[in-house]
Amino acid sequence: MHSFGYRLNGLLTFAVTILALMCVIASLSDNLNIPSPSAEIQIMNINWFQKQPKGSDEVSLTMNISADLQSLFTWNTKQVFIFVAAEYETRKNSLNQVSLWDAIIPAKERAKFWIRSSNKYRFVDHGKNLRGKEFNLTLHWHVMPKTGKMFADKIVMSGYSLPEEYI
Amino acid sequence: MGWIEENMKSTHFRQILSQAISLGMVISSALIIWKGLIYITGSESPVVVVLSGSMEPGFKRGDILFLYMNKDPIRAGQIVVFNDGRDVPIVHRVIEVHEQRDSKEADILTKGDANPHDDRMLYTSSNRWLQRKYIMGRAVGFLPYVGWLTIIMTDKPIIKYILLGALGLLVITSKE
Repeated sequence: MHSFGYRLNGLLTFAVTILALMCVIASLSDNLNIPSPSAEIQIMNINWFQKQPKGSDEVSLTMNISADLQSLFTWNTKQVFIFVAAEYETRKNSLNQVSLWDAIIPAKERAKFWIRSSNKYRFVDHGKNLRGKEFNLTLHWHVMPKTGKMFADKIVMSGYSLPEEYI
Repeated sequence: MGWIEENMKSTHFRQILSQAISLGMVISSALIIWKGLIYITGSESPVVVVLSGSMEPGFKRGDILFLYMNKDPIRAGQIVVFNDGRDVPIVHRVIEVHEQRDSKEADILTKGDANPHDDRMLYTSSNRWLQRKYIMGRAVGFLPYVGWLTIIMTDKPIIKYILLGALGLLVITSKE
């Protein structure tokens, strides 16, 4: 009962159990944080809007993105992944979501920012439906913890639309 | 003949039998827990190990992810694990969703956070989009570093055999 093997086994089991318990408590402490983020996106310019040779519509636009996401960070946060997606309806599809831009915020100090950027990823439709299309721009964020449960949420900003004709 | 009967009647035989039964109990309860997890999380593999660095700095090689799957629609931003007929499943983020009005079937595009391009080149059999049926689960939680044991065991199978052999030896030689 007092051999080295038994003692090592007991110690290791205890250590692993305590570590697992600490990870769970760290994750639960994230629930105490009530975030209050804010964001605003302006479309500065529609750079071009054309029909591709394969037949799908494509848009390039420049956006002003400003946001304050500092309240999302807790001591258990490793990084916050954010992205901006355009959401719209077409005749065939009840929902289309296309991610236009994303970024990784590694620390609380960098969570309040302003950036002007053209879309990082191509805004291509699944057809030729974008002329005069009204769409929402949503800023999504995904809080990735040091251990435990991940949180995700979004802010929906509506009222954007594309021109009626190709540019 | 007499020698065999003597052995069968001795308590030595009972001891071996009870040890075999306890080994069987350990293996069956591990199996029950695993299958129970599969049922609760709705995913064929409720826990996966991150094998590549394509989701850094969020997930590093060796982290483990807990998956959960339900009938909720797939939306942009979710981190999904998909397997469209490849050797190992891939953990990436959904960046595009086109969901059809009537059938609720959706075309999905994914991309690793650290990759410059989307996953279109990776999809098998020249699919341009993923469908929901290829998705095994959404990542809902994670633990760092714990998956390194699995990676080491896969890269150097000899360690797996050593571990299993040692475990087997422990069970057989313990006197309980």
